[in-house]
Amino acid sequence: MKARVTVTLKTGVLDPQGKAIEGALKSLGIDGVASVRQGKVFDIELDGDKTKAEAALKAAADRLLANTVIENYRVEVLG
Amino acid sequence: MKSAVLVFPGINRERDMARALRLVSGREPAMVWHAETSLPEGTDLVVAPGGFSYGDYLRCGAIAARSPVMDAVRAFASDGGLVLGVCNGFQILCESGLLPGILMRNARLRFICHDVHLRVERSDTPFTRGYNAGQVIRVPVAHGEGNYAADEDTVRRLEGDGRVLYRYCSASGEIDDTHNINGAAQSIAGIINERGNVLGMMPHPENHVEDTMGCTDGRGLFAGLVAHLERAA
Repeated sequence: MKARVTVTLKTGVLDPQGKAIEGALKSLGIDGVASVRQGKVFDIELDGDKTKAEAALKAAADRLLANTVIENYRVEVLG
Repeated sequence: MKSAVLVFPGINRERDMARALRLVSGREPAMVWHAETSLPEGTDLVVAPGGFSYGDYLRCGAIAARSPVMDAVRAFASDGGLVLGVCNGFQILCESGLLPGILMRNARLRFICHDVHLRVERSDTPFTRGYNAGQVIRVPVAHGEGNYAADEDTVRRLEGDGRVLYRYCSASGEIDDTHNINGAAQSIAGIINERGNVLGMMPHPENHVEDTMGCTDGRGLFAGLVAHLERAA
């Protein structure tokens, strides 16, 4: 089964990379960009039923994929 | 002082660290591969050196922090053993939960590689007893992710408990934004854990220990550890 874990920075955590990307978008003349926050996406293939997969993905995110000091994550089982 | 230097794939400062330890303590440190599950018998000090473990993939230090040897290091630290993490080693200690907070991308997004001045905030710890409180030392930094960050409570606790041992400063010891090279909270360059036996710092004291290096300001850190252990013995 396919799943996706999305890791994003918590609100209030400074994101210098996002700021630099925001500046570059503005210099490209792309209108209306208010702010950019950079995150990460993990596409994961795994075995087992949906409930087990969700538990495994949550463990993966908690223990490695995200640093919960500064990041939030979202787990989606895509089927 | 019997020291052990951790070796992770992608680390590149382990020999500098071993050389400094050998020079100051007079003993050859053990080099301990990341896949080991124990530390050499009688280890007094464990050092996580600098470099780019696992190519800085995912987050700096994140993968190294989950390697088998780190369980042994956590057990060693919880028994009161001394642990030092420098640069990537600091990042690894934060990722492994031995120290609070995280090292973020430098505020000005540049990799910084030059000498900096550090103010030693107190001298009554194993990691600073080779210096005087308020002393300014000069050591190199080489990092892209050294911007120390933690939630407000954590930073307040670090300050309240006197756990910030090294801070970026001017040559005369002033702390200000200009000399806070990477944007770290409170100009933090090095912190200890609650118990005071684990230090993480971004700068490289091991690279200023011999006259040929042009400066020996980093020696005090290692000499202080040796003195601490001799007194404890």
